[in-house]
Amino acid sequence: MTAAFDEMREAGSVRPAYATLANWLAHVPREVLDYRRREAEFIFRRIGITFAVYGDAAAQERLIPFDIIPRILTAAEWKRLAKGLEQRINALNAFLRDIYGPREILRAGIVPEDLIYRNPVFRPEMNGEPVPHGVYVAIAGIDVVRIDPDNFYVLEDNTRIPSGVSYMLENREIMLRLFPELFIDHPVAPVDNYTDDLLATLKSLAPNSAPGDPAVVLLTPGIHNSAYFEHSFLADKLGVELVEGRDLFVKGSVVFMRTTEGPKRVDVIYRRVDDDFIDPLFFRPDSVLGVPGLMAAYHAGHITLANAIGTGIADDKAVYSYMPAIVKFYLGEEPLLKNVPTWCCRDPDDLRYVMEHLDELVVKEVHGSGGYGMLIGPKSDKKTIAAFREKIRCNPANFIAQTTLALSTCPTFVDEGIAPRHVDLRPFVLAGRDRVRIVPGGLTRVALKEGSLVVNSSQGGGTKDTWVLDR
Amino acid sequence: MLSRTAANLYWLSRYVERAECLARILDVSQRLASLPQAYGGATNEWESAVATAACANAFEDKYLEANEKNVIEFLGFAPDNPSSIVNCLEIARTSARAVRTALTVEMWDAINGAWHKLKEFDPDSMTREQFARFFGFVKEASLAFDGSAFRTMLRNDAYWFSRLGILVERADATARILDVKYHVLLPEKERVGGPLDYFQWASILRSVSALTSYHWVYRESVKPWLVADLLILNRQMPRSLASCYENISRYLDDLAQFYGRQGNSQRLARAMLTKLENSSMEGIFQSGLHEFITSFIAENNRIGNVVAEQYLA
Repeated sequence: MTAAFDEMREAGSVRPAYATLANWLAHVPREVLDYRRREAEFIFRRIGITFAVYGDAAAQERLIPFDIIPRILTAAEWKRLAKGLEQRINALNAFLRDIYGPREILRAGIVPEDLIYRNPVFRPEMNGEPVPHGVYVAIAGIDVVRIDPDNFYVLEDNTRIPSGVSYMLENREIMLRLFPELFIDHPVAPVDNYTDDLLATLKSLAPNSAPGDPAVVLLTPGIHNSAYFEHSFLADKLGVELVEGRDLFVKGSVVFMRTTEGPKRVDVIYRRVDDDFIDPLFFRPDSVLGVPGLMAAYHAGHITLANAIGTGIADDKAVYSYMPAIVKFYLGEEPLLKNVPTWCCRDPDDLRYVMEHLDELVVKEVHGSGGYGMLIGPKSDKKTIAAFREKIRCNPANFIAQTTLALSTCPTFVDEGIAPRHVDLRPFVLAGRDRVRIVPGGLTRVALKEGSLVVNSSQGGGTKDTWVLDR
Repeated sequence: MLSRTAANLYWLSRYVERAECLARILDVSQRLASLPQAYGGATNEWESAVATAACANAFEDKYLEANEKNVIEFLGFAPDNPSSIVNCLEIARTSARAVRTALTVEMWDAINGAWHKLKEFDPDSMTREQFARFFGFVKEASLAFDGSAFRTMLRNDAYWFSRLGILVERADATARILDVKYHVLLPEKERVGGPLDYFQWASILRSVSALTSYHWVYRESVKPWLVADLLILNRQMPRSLASCYENISRYLDDLAQFYGRQGNSQRLARAMLTKLENSSMEGIFQSGLHEFITSFIAENNRIGNVVAEQYLA
């Protein structure tokens, strides 16, 4: 692997976006950084931003490490990225409308039929069932990475229930508190209008039968969910009720919530509960997180779910490999964002290639997330690779492989001082009935360990504030 | 407002108040138990602490003897006692997390900060002095929570439900403290005066933080019937039963007005308040204090149930 592209220093000189920051970093005493980092941690703990790590009982509520050095993108870089994101979410929604509707893309032979029909995240329950205003993915967290100054690559589309936006918002709040002087020298585009945009998006998607000012709620699995903090944070900023399944009931195909004043009608549910758990009458019968009868109300067109049921088929990692063709098919445009070269192990030729090049590739489970169950070939020893080879052989369709990208690096404050660390970026893309909204920024995740490419918080990654300069 | 949110606000406040009451009871018990026999009397302070907390059965299942160590462990820290101080604060924080959106930042800070600090106390290695500091910490946490609610919450249904939780719990605690002490102190016929009783009576007042108030109100030495008067009928005294019901009735009326509908809880609260207003200490003593309090505790429980039926289900 060649040396990674560093977003601050290129060929020994500082890139223009970072000029002011690099100068500041060169002069700020270490004690000041130490002190501010401790302060940041203290604030995070007080406000209760913690996340639960599955399978780690001792660390039930842990802080995601926060790096106090911001990542900076110029206005021009952002404009390019935002255009690509808008194109991407439009293509994803067109794809879902088609897959659960006429299925032209299958008939055209662009995406193989069995990849859809035999996919566990495909929801036959949604066949021929229109969703309000044809918007399936209202909220996407599209992960992008850079490997050079010019190109953005999409890593994952995250069209089910992407999380992390509360960190984008809180990271900015904390930076404003800790480093007011840096904001004077940098024209940083604000992000705190995200929740206004989200509310406008959700309301725009209300069913036609809803009143002029539709009732929106946020459905959470409850306080034991790892993203519960985010759910309550967002409900608070949106000014909507944070409901659990037991707070809702369905009567006559209409959804109501139980309030101190009796039942109240609900029109839009921003749901943070997986498809599988949303309605025990339709999906998992043992689910206590969902609302019995919700799907009946949904099919009757009396409620909007954001995101819609069945969006998982659009961020399936095997479907991902067809995204460039999907963009072209529906929009007639060249994709603005690149796809990472991907091999689907379900295909015998691809499988052969993958098995021969395991030590160069990243291998992921098709439905995995959170950085669990993946192999990073170049960073793994022979034994790990051999064990993984066996796993692939047993169930090839469950895996895809991708080129190992040299993710870009950003200056990061670690124990050794300020050093480059690999990053990715999750911007949050909102699609309403009227238009697509994207606040300039996103969640930058950083792999804090030297050389590591895994940025997931469950694997020891941290986060940074992401600055998009307004010029 | 969601019924579940209202329920969480109600129970959050109730559990914080319960933690404080327990801390006060244990604090006072410790103080009394350290008095020489001649002053403290032959009564077992620790037994009455367990009786006041209304968990004698659960306690006896687990321990052979009601002594300082066992009682502080059980009422303060035991994980298997659902109403131990530590569990009360744990439940309170869980409720608070579930209704983060209905709390002000200050309230969340107060309860979340207390919960984090709770981990600094390890009952196995604590000295008497550290236990006293622990009780102080619990009282302060409750005060900070209550104060932040008072100063920062909008005056709407969320606020009224949280007040109701505190008041129903407080009325229950005051009634129990009074009942147990009276029972212990006056088993048969009234027998007052003497240094022995003084400390016991003063301890009741202390456990509801009313010793100074007592002196201001009555300007007399501590006398049993005046103590009972202060804690039952005196509406100036924020922990008295009359004051609790004056406020319960007021907040329920606020809710009824806000929602435009009266219900059983309003009727029942008003009846309780009227009963207290029409009572005199002579009357209460004549028909029996213990009987009066027992029936009060039952009625107070009923208010809790009726509020739950009307709003929280």
